[in-house]
Amino acid sequence: MKLFKNILESVKPNFEKGGKLEKLYPVYDGFATFLFVPGHTSHSGAHVRDGIDLKRTMVTVILAMIPALLFGMWNAGNLHYNALGESVAFMDKFLWGAMKIVPMVVVSYGVGLGVEFVFCIIKKHQIQEGYLVSGMLIPLIMPIDIPLWMVAISVIFAVVIGKEVFGGTGMNILNPALTARAFAFFAYPSYMSGDKVWINTSTAEGQSVVDGFSGATVLGDLATSGSTQYSTMDMFLGFIPGSIGETSTVAILIGAAVLLFTGIGSWRIMLSGLLGAIAMGLIFNAVAPYAISPEQQSFMAVPFWQQLIMGGFAFGLVFMATDPVSAAQTTRGKWIYGFLVGFFAIMIRVFNPAYPEGIMLAILFMNVMAPLIDHYVVEANINKRKKRLKVKVA
Amino acid sequence: MAEVQEVKKQAKEREALFSKKNRQLISDPLNDSNPITVQVLGICSALAITVKLYPALVMSISVLFVLSAGNVIISLMRNYIPNRIRIIVQLVVVASLVILVDQVLKAYVYDVSKELSVFVGLIITNCIIMGRFEAFALANSPWKSFLDGLGNAFGYAWILLAVAFFRELLGSGQLFGYQVVPKAWYLTEGGVYSDNGLMLLPPMALITVGIIIWVQRSKNTALIEED
Repeated sequence: MKLFKNILESVKPNFEKGGKLEKLYPVYDGFATFLFVPGHTSHSGAHVRDGIDLKRTMVTVILAMIPALLFGMWNAGNLHYNALGESVAFMDKFLWGAMKIVPMVVVSYGVGLGVEFVFCIIKKHQIQEGYLVSGMLIPLIMPIDIPLWMVAISVIFAVVIGKEVFGGTGMNILNPALTARAFAFFAYPSYMSGDKVWINTSTAEGQSVVDGFSGATVLGDLATSGSTQYSTMDMFLGFIPGSIGETSTVAILIGAAVLLFTGIGSWRIMLSGLLGAIAMGLIFNAVAPYAISPEQQSFMAVPFWQQLIMGGFAFGLVFMATDPVSAAQTTRGKWIYGFLVGFFAIMIRVFNPAYPEGIMLAILFMNVMAPLIDHYVVEANINKRKKRLKVKVA
Repeated sequence: MAEVQEVKKQAKEREALFSKKNRQLISDPLNDSNPITVQVLGICSALAITVKLYPALVMSISVLFVLSAGNVIISLMRNYIPNRIRIIVQLVVVASLVILVDQVLKAYVYDVSKELSVFVGLIITNCIIMGRFEAFALANSPWKSFLDGLGNAFGYAWILLAVAFFRELLGSGQLFGYQVVPKAWYLTEGGVYSDNGLMLLPPMALITVGIIIWVQRSKNTALIEED
């Protein structure tokens, strides 16, 4: 640590006013505060609530995502070798997945932070840490076979249009990671959905050896045929095709535990989201006999608790619906927001087979609605207090 | 009375056909008072028909004709239009011109006419046109109104064409229907490239217009509204 401090001290004059690299001061500041507690103090009154700042918060969320990431690496390799019909050792599967996923993480961070640096230098403000979490989330919600440049374009779009135009970290209306995914989903639909993209079936030479192999996700299966080949246990543990980080409910629950224990993720949103999804699942179970087509009928008849472990529902609810910036801010607002996220997620995935990932659209939709919910919660509170005042006066 | 005469005298003084003021009538709407990016008029058609360049070009020419001709007609009639029914009169003028355009398009470029479908008719409701009639033609001489119409139509046209350029290039790899991105680059042909499907959807037109507005206002900070 002393070494870092010495290096930072020795290069500091270059970045200060009048130095050679004055323009790059935000970059220096970003690295310095990443390693050490910032030396500057707040200008107005102190607002210390506890000993945690934005960087620590972000790092905790990243730690919570590690189980899903590691499982995703193994699962990608596992599905790949199973599709080829080869049986290989645990480590080989893991390494194969890592070889595919680490480049995605590197691209996501490299491009995203690069865009942030450029904006910091132009706008002359400090580097904001908001991208640290998005950069890890984005690879986790992409299919394994997506070309890296598509990831890069989606990241640029999400950071510039989803975040920087609104004023940077903390000002964005939409969750940046989901903005990236929605962009990729609508821009490159053939690489983001269907039954070919979730499992890599090519050998080292890049030739697809398994013709006619269907690697549809559980949701894709259910939407087209109304049934799925995967068992409940597979879905819960995550041995199913899907976006890299979303498959294993267990790994996500570990992450959820970390977020809840440290108090960083809102338990209100997670719980109410769960309730919303259960409510919609129960409604579907009840009305299943009246569905218009046999496929939809069996999709609706899927037990409500099974809906919770399919697709990206758990991942989205734990890591993205709880995003403190784009979610509702008020306590009562969080209950409403979370409930509707879960409710719409199940509704969209069942009603519209073209959009199996209902959770993505549900969260983005509720992100847009969150300020409205907050507005009415606050107004209701003001009215309530006004009434109380009137009663007292009278 | 003396004052009124003086004013009349000033107005009668012949202005050069392309005086600085008149030139500004054309150049201002191209940038600082652009109908789309600054006055935010005519957005609907900018979203709807900018998927490809050719329809956007045809649309621009139609608006150019309707706006400049309409401006001249309204300006010629400006002293005879009773104030209370001026909107109706304006509507009649636009509607006749639009029907004229629609018939010409149907006769000579039927394919494009089909593609533009309802949007030719909807030129009537294009806010730019009624806006210029109200704000300019009713109070200015025919020549000035003609220039104003040209300027605003060009301002509308270049935004439309710029948006359509990016949407067609990135969305379908073509320009004016000709393949620009080599076929061999596509992933399906063994390359690495793929068209951006989002560019073909209306939201991306809105975002492209937004980016143009962003660039324009960061160049000319006077346009930024105070909060």
